[in-house]
Amino acid sequence: MGRGKAQAKAEMLLKLELQSNPEALCLVRATVERAAEVLHFQDAETRAIVRSVDEALANVLRHAYGGRPGLPIEMSCSRVEPNGQKAAQGGIEILLADKGVPVKPAELKGRPLDDIRPGGLGLHFIHESMDEVEFTRKKGKNLLRMVKYLSPSSQAAASEETSKCR
Amino acid sequence: MQIAARPATGGTILDITGDIDLAHSPAMRKALLQEIKEKKTPKVFLNLEKVRYIDSSGIASLVEGLKASRDMGTRLILYGLSKTVREVMELSRLQKIFEIHESEAQALAS
Repeated sequence: MGRGKAQAKAEMLLKLELQSNPEALCLVRATVERAAEVLHFQDAETRAIVRSVDEALANVLRHAYGGRPGLPIEMSCSRVEPNGQKAAQGGIEILLADKGVPVKPAELKGRPLDDIRPGGLGLHFIHESMDEVEFTRKKGKNLLRMVKYLSPSSQAAASEETSKCR
Repeated sequence: MQIAARPATGGTILDITGDIDLAHSPAMRKALLQEIKEKKTPKVFLNLEKVRYIDSSGIASLVEGLKASRDMGTRLILYGLSKTVREVMELSRLQKIFEIHESEAQALAS
């Protein structure tokens, strides 16, 4: 999943094995929201992360699995360690893997926003909300890696509070 | 997600409660299109005060409702958007396409 590239070190926080059921989305949103809060993301950043994960999973359900329920999806969530470069403040990395039909990255562009019609917005939301978005396919799986870095103001708030886990 | 309809001046208010996501947007779409296309309601007010989350499938349903109301020569009016819903509208660049009001009183007076 692009691990050959120079990437910030990531520490796994949680791993979920899901099924392609739309009813699972609200549970994932709640889980990701809490993970982002624990990592000291501010409210707007947390909403962006939650939105991206939800839209990415919805795309898996609708497109990769064609609406068929009960098919496997893996999701992991990791803390990106500060590295002094673009991950100066650290952040969150979310990986999704499914065994659905191959995703064609060249076709994953969404639609122009001035074209007012239903559909095609999910990818736009993801790209607008996350700092890094990377689609690959390996060993029969579609892999999506999304990263959001803490803003300097989030990092400042984090330094005042060592842990948000209660 | 729950949907409840109640009469209002010149139309119907649809009160939506909960999350409008992939699991629930089909139900909202159905209720919206039924009100606009089948019942031919002149003004459909969508109360989003108790909507905590909306995804792109929910936005797509709203766009479909808006197109249907334009075809019918009626109005679709949204009000009570939370910060989360407003953000998604702005990301979609649809906030100027829809008729949006802050409160029910403002929506009904429009």
